[in-house]
Amino acid sequence: MPTYQLNINGESRSVEVSEDTPLLWVLRDHLDLVGTKYGCGIALCGSCTIHLDGIAVRSCALTLAQVEGKSITTIEGLSEDGTHPVQEAWKEVDVPQCGYCQSGQIMTASAFLKNNPNPTEDEIKDAMQGNICRCASYTRIYKAVEIAASKMA
Amino acid sequence: MNQQKKIKMSTQKTSITFSRRSFMKTSSLAGGGLIIGFNLFNACKPNAKPSIDLAKLNYNDFNAFIKIADNGAVTIFSPNPEVGQGVKTSMPMIIAEELDVAWKDVYVKQGVLDTNNYTRQVAGGSQSIRFGWDALRETGATARQMLINAAAARWGVDPSECTTSEGVISNAAGETLSYGEVVNEAANLEIPEDVTLKEVKDYKIIGSDVTNVDIDKIVKGENLYGFDFKTEGMLIACVMRPPAFGQKLESFDDADAKAVDGVTEVLSFGDKIAVLAKDTWSAMKGKNALKAEWKTDTKLESTEDHDKLLLGLLDGNKFETLREDGDIKKAFAQADEVLERTYESPFLPHNCLEPMNFYANVTPDKIHLVGPIQTPEGTAKHIAEVLERDFEDVHLEMTRIGGGFGRRLYGDFAVEAAEISNKAKKPVKVIFTREDDMADGIYRPAIKYRIKAAVKDGKITGYHLKEAAINSNMYGLIPNFFPAGAIENYQVDVANYKSNITTGAWRAPYTNFLAFAEQSFFDELAEMMEVDKIQLRLDLLQKVKGTTDERIQYSPERMEKVIKTAVEKSGWGTKPEGVYQGFVNYYCHNSHVAEVADVVLENGQPVVKKITCVVDCGIVINPLGALNQIEGGIIDGIGHSMYGDFTFQDGVPQSVNFDKYRLIRMKEAPIVETHMIKNEFSPTGLGEPTLPPAGAAIANAFKAATGKRLYNQPFSKYPELLTGPEKEIIG
Repeated sequence: MPTYQLNINGESRSVEVSEDTPLLWVLRDHLDLVGTKYGCGIALCGSCTIHLDGIAVRSCALTLAQVEGKSITTIEGLSEDGTHPVQEAWKEVDVPQCGYCQSGQIMTASAFLKNNPNPTEDEIKDAMQGNICRCASYTRIYKAVEIAASKMA
Repeated sequence: MNQQKKIKMSTQKTSITFSRRSFMKTSSLAGGGLIIGFNLFNACKPNAKPSIDLAKLNYNDFNAFIKIADNGAVTIFSPNPEVGQGVKTSMPMIIAEELDVAWKDVYVKQGVLDTNNYTRQVAGGSQSIRFGWDALRETGATARQMLINAAAARWGVDPSECTTSEGVISNAAGETLSYGEVVNEAANLEIPEDVTLKEVKDYKIIGSDVTNVDIDKIVKGENLYGFDFKTEGMLIACVMRPPAFGQKLESFDDADAKAVDGVTEVLSFGDKIAVLAKDTWSAMKGKNALKAEWKTDTKLESTEDHDKLLLGLLDGNKFETLREDGDIKKAFAQADEVLERTYESPFLPHNCLEPMNFYANVTPDKIHLVGPIQTPEGTAKHIAEVLERDFEDVHLEMTRIGGGFGRRLYGDFAVEAAEISNKAKKPVKVIFTREDDMADGIYRPAIKYRIKAAVKDGKITGYHLKEAAINSNMYGLIPNFFPAGAIENYQVDVANYKSNITTGAWRAPYTNFLAFAEQSFFDELAEMMEVDKIQLRLDLLQKVKGTTDERIQYSPERMEKVIKTAVEKSGWGTKPEGVYQGFVNYYCHNSHVAEVADVVLENGQPVVKKITCVVDCGIVINPLGALNQIEGGIIDGIGHSMYGDFTFQDGVPQSVNFDKYRLIRMKEAPIVETHMIKNEFSPTGLGEPTLPPAGAAIANAFKAATGKRLYNQPFSKYPELLTGPEKEIIG
């Protein structure tokens, strides 16, 4: 099995896995970074969202060859202590119900706001449309993104 | 028992003598401090007998604890599974209120099911708070009284002279002692017979906004869920199950599966084949490489068959009558006008975002189980039976649950994990892929309703509700919901077809579709009778006031208040041109709800902009959490009535992932404005009651916007009914 050097949350990590293993399972099973969640495996629910060179991507649909040499950030690396403005906004609004989708929601929102700190309502909704919340906490997710935007602007 | 009376009786109770203190036991902690164990659900049973030896505290006999350390630190072990409904926060809030400590000083932990004896920890039916209300308060108040008694003894004063605030006891002379200072003495005192509960006006924690106790861990992505759980040497198991309902395993070839790197073992059990691997991806690949032959065991059913069978049942006469008032035949024979409509709903998968999973390590001396489950005790018992082991061998730990919606009431996945671990003699975690989760579900059954009403002299004189369902019918309380009692001749008949497709509870069982059927019907009935839609409902309620019928579940007074508040808050009837409204009032899970949908036409199609929701669920423990449940329930209800479709062809589910199964997303979610009715009734359900009305609220608003009425779900399947009038009449 090939060995890959990955740059994850600012650290260099070495893993030996079969070449078709999606990044999601490398993170979860091999590196114990379980904050990135499995929801569908076909890049349609957003639970496995991470940042690849700052862009929000679905880790369930990426192989290691596609991410080697790039900077990977997971929810565990978004901030040292859970104080990224998006995390703070999530706490302020008390967004989660079951909470399972929320790390993916936070990763989508944080990448989006970095590039668009003053979004319109439609832009927020477009950005978050790819992330399913089965508990349907959408009104709070929207509010938290708005608050985070005001903190980051 | 008459639910309404029960609720009324337990309000504004400030002092109680409870004969049930057997549900509690106190003990000293080895390291100093006090522990109060209580069996919450035993306490909720009206005639619970102490069937345990009270002389010794056995942790297994209690499903919740308050631990007060000698430094005053309070830990509350929350008894019930947390599926996102917020009980891990709200149940400890009730204890902390009566214990009279500051919420910031409370640390909450998920209780473990040490499955011995008679613990009963269930998340389901929106009943955790309703059933726990008295017992949780009594437990907190008992602990507080014992601490007061200890302080009073030390001071040599009467306990009645002492007061408490935020974990500190004061006497009339102004001396103070903190809980931590007297906790070791309190642990040796008798449990008091009488405790005084706080009055509602004195609440400091109940009714305040408290953030979810796991929020920091959730936003940091910490290990909380069953899917995240891991032990040394644990294998991941992916299971191949019959691809169609009605099939059995004939034979299989595991050569290719075993050749996958990481796969350690393939084993069959029953009609299933498990692939065990060192990691998840290898287990998934191994399962995909399995080759199996299946044989037909029972009929392979299709949605088309179900539609015909259920309509046939509605047309037929093989019904069980659940409630019969007066004589509907006579009412219909004498009617001036009759309205009859049929409403149809599909099967629905639950699609918890965390797919089903469970960990099991079956060893000769113990069965260790860890995972997300709404019914830990029942599942543990079932596993003991399946493995022919003593129940005492089972140790089950609950993780935070990534969504339940009823699916995790069924422990099939936990039983699979135990069977596989037992056979492999290794620690194993079974995981479902999304495809497994949707294809091997325990679905909401497809149901059809036919409702017929008789009108004579401008009054509704007869009402006949018929239900045809897959596998099982509405539970017995539902025929006593609104409009039971309001119409003289009233009958509810049910029939079912036994299918091999597995079905079960889905958030707000039966009412999740019945509310749409009935509330659409009332709307149409008002149109036929040419009466005001709100007035029709209010007039019906008048007839129920003062009823002596103990079976009636809802309160006409509380329903009336909810309706009138919704009319006012939603601006009913006063909206500008182009805003169309739909109205619904509903009772289920002991709560009264009204919802008004505001819809506009965009590009000729109706779009839901806002839902105004009024809820009477009695005392609200945690408004912040309550609003989340309400909004989620409404948006979930809109999503599934709009998009939720699940069909079968020859026993095979036709959509198994989100490419072919649509869930509501942010852009389709309207604004929700909620108003809670303030009163001092005991708290009732909130995880479910706002979902059933949502589908009807939007359908009634769509009718107002388009002139077209929807009878079947999901609405998106009928695009021709989701368009505005052909020509706008201007003038």
